[in-house]
Amino acid sequence: MANAPPSTLLDEALDGKGAAVFSTSPAAGGRMILVEDCVETSGAFVVHHLLKRCLSPHSSDVVVFLSFANPFSHYDRILRKMGCNLSVQRDNKRLMFLDMLMLERLGRDRGKTSEDVFIALFGEIQKAVELSLSHAGRQHITVIIDDVSLMEVDANGSSNLVLDFLHYCSSLTAQFQGCSLITLNHDDVYSNEDRPGLLLKLEYLADVVIKVEPFSTGLATDVHGQLTVSNKGIHDGSGKSRNKVHNFHFRIKDSSVEYFYPGSKT
Amino acid sequence: MAEWICRTLRDGGLEGEHAPALTINDTISCPLGSFVFDHILSQLSSFIFCQKSQSNGIVLVALSRSPLYYEQLLKSKGFDVVTSSTWFKILDCCTDPLGWRSKLVDSGSIRNLSSGSSLTVNICKNVKNLDELFSSIIELGKELSGDGKGRFTVAIDSVSSLLRHTSVSSVAALLSNLRSHDIVSSLFWLLHLDMHETRATAALEYMSSMKATIEPIIQSVDGPRGNSENLSLMEQNLRRGKFCVRVKRRNGRVRMMFEELSVEKSGIKFTPLSSEDEMTAQSLVPKVQFNLQLSEKERNDRAKVVLPFEHQGNGKTIQIYDGRKSLNDDKAEPQHTSVPKVDSNRGEIIYFRDSDDEMPDSDEDPDDDLDI
Repeated sequence: MANAPPSTLLDEALDGKGAAVFSTSPAAGGRMILVEDCVETSGAFVVHHLLKRCLSPHSSDVVVFLSFANPFSHYDRILRKMGCNLSVQRDNKRLMFLDMLMLERLGRDRGKTSEDVFIALFGEIQKAVELSLSHAGRQHITVIIDDVSLMEVDANGSSNLVLDFLHYCSSLTAQFQGCSLITLNHDDVYSNEDRPGLLLKLEYLADVVIKVEPFSTGLATDVHGQLTVSNKGIHDGSGKSRNKVHNFHFRIKDSSVEYFYPGSKT
Repeated sequence: MAEWICRTLRDGGLEGEHAPALTINDTISCPLGSFVFDHILSQLSSFIFCQKSQSNGIVLVALSRSPLYYEQLLKSKGFDVVTSSTWFKILDCCTDPLGWRSKLVDSGSIRNLSSGSSLTVNICKNVKNLDELFSSIIELGKELSGDGKGRFTVAIDSVSSLLRHTSVSSVAALLSNLRSHDIVSSLFWLLHLDMHETRATAALEYMSSMKATIEPIIQSVDGPRGNSENLSLMEQNLRRGKFCVRVKRRNGRVRMMFEELSVEKSGIKFTPLSSEDEMTAQSLVPKVQFNLQLSEKERNDRAKVVLPFEHQGNGKTIQIYDGRKSLNDDKAEPQHTSVPKVDSNRGEIIYFRDSDDEMPDSDEDPDDDLDI
């Protein structure tokens, strides 16, 4: 592991060509990335990819992982296969894992309202962000939320509360240059008529939208789906990666994911 | 035209009239509204800075983007942030819109509450209370105007966030109170069209004298994503858009204007809408095997064809072949064409009236023989 891991198409789409290491480039901070998936193709692998990237040994980034979907052991197993040990990272204080599946978390068992729970949750995140950015110079911190629709379930179906919470989280990215926010959401659990609010609002909020969709012409053995990365972030730096839309296919393998342009694979 | 909007906002309203108000609309397919908002904000800032404007300052209600962002914006436009407090004030509804942070600070779990900006910022901790919001805006404005006589401009970014927290009627009340207030010179706000019901957008449109909508130049056809054409369309829409302005005059006259806007590294640029784009739009949309369009030559040829009207209006006596003349007439050339021969590059349709039994312009009822 002497060299930085090879940059994939996904990394390039996120950072622009040439910027292989997302986490250490200063312009990359302060962004919000929204991953949208659907029932046919899960976007979990994108979250794993981004998590691994943030925890890569070449950076000193810190991750706050808010899990509404799976327990720690789930991510630990997957990331271990990808060559990243989450338990070690957690002991190193580089990963702060908030398992929201546990009932007693934030005093939910003591009959607190969901708003109080979310306020307390935000407090924990802000504390972690303040702490990590205060002592080690120019470090980055990434807040990952998996996933928004289950968070809505946790909020007793109040999408407004979820949006308030996400607004506060994204205000952290505005306040602290080194703070990024990554959220996963499901595209197809909202009906268009009654309220496109949550999904649309998230898209307005996000600087980068990664859409994970099944292959447009149906199932295939060697292509598992396609990614569309719309990058509307404004970067003051090179300006390379602004206002770009990338589209490529992916194939999920046992321990990694292969990304390639349509038609470039034989 | 964007300049025209800025000038109108700069000149403000007459005594005893509502202040001019601008709604900036966009949708997620072409989300460039915030760029237009920034453009107008910086244009007005420079007018105010040079004291060319009716208003003495700007009160910015920041709901969706942080004061830090606007500080960067002002810096990039070359304004001195430190001295800006005499003409630029921010009411920060972004950092702590619901008072969560101050609750956490009170309970001791987090430390600071500052937005990290060096601009003059007042924090609003409850955006649900619009009465309070209104009085804080007016208060900030009075601070700007000094003697309490000068007027100021209000900018709201964005009304969509306000509408999420409160009802349409209370937002409408806030805006109309601002518009009719004596010391408000002009106001403008951003609204994401697709996030609201039509009644909400219509209600806000009634309250604005100008509406600027940003639309995709080329409407995308519904198709599978990943289609390379759609992809380039998506990318185009992140950079360029059609800027449609609808202006309502006092007397009710409505004017529509169109321009093209493009976002570039240096900022936003407005250009007259080029017909080239419409041409590409035409050539992009129908992708069928049939030839639905005419080439330039075909179009010219079609224009030359003389249609077989019996009255061509070229001054000649009208001669109509009714199918019998040739028998009676000994003239060698039967007059069976409605148009005399012309040069060969003109199209011509030769038309024979083929029936004997109907006289031209007959007064007879053709259905006479029917027994109804």
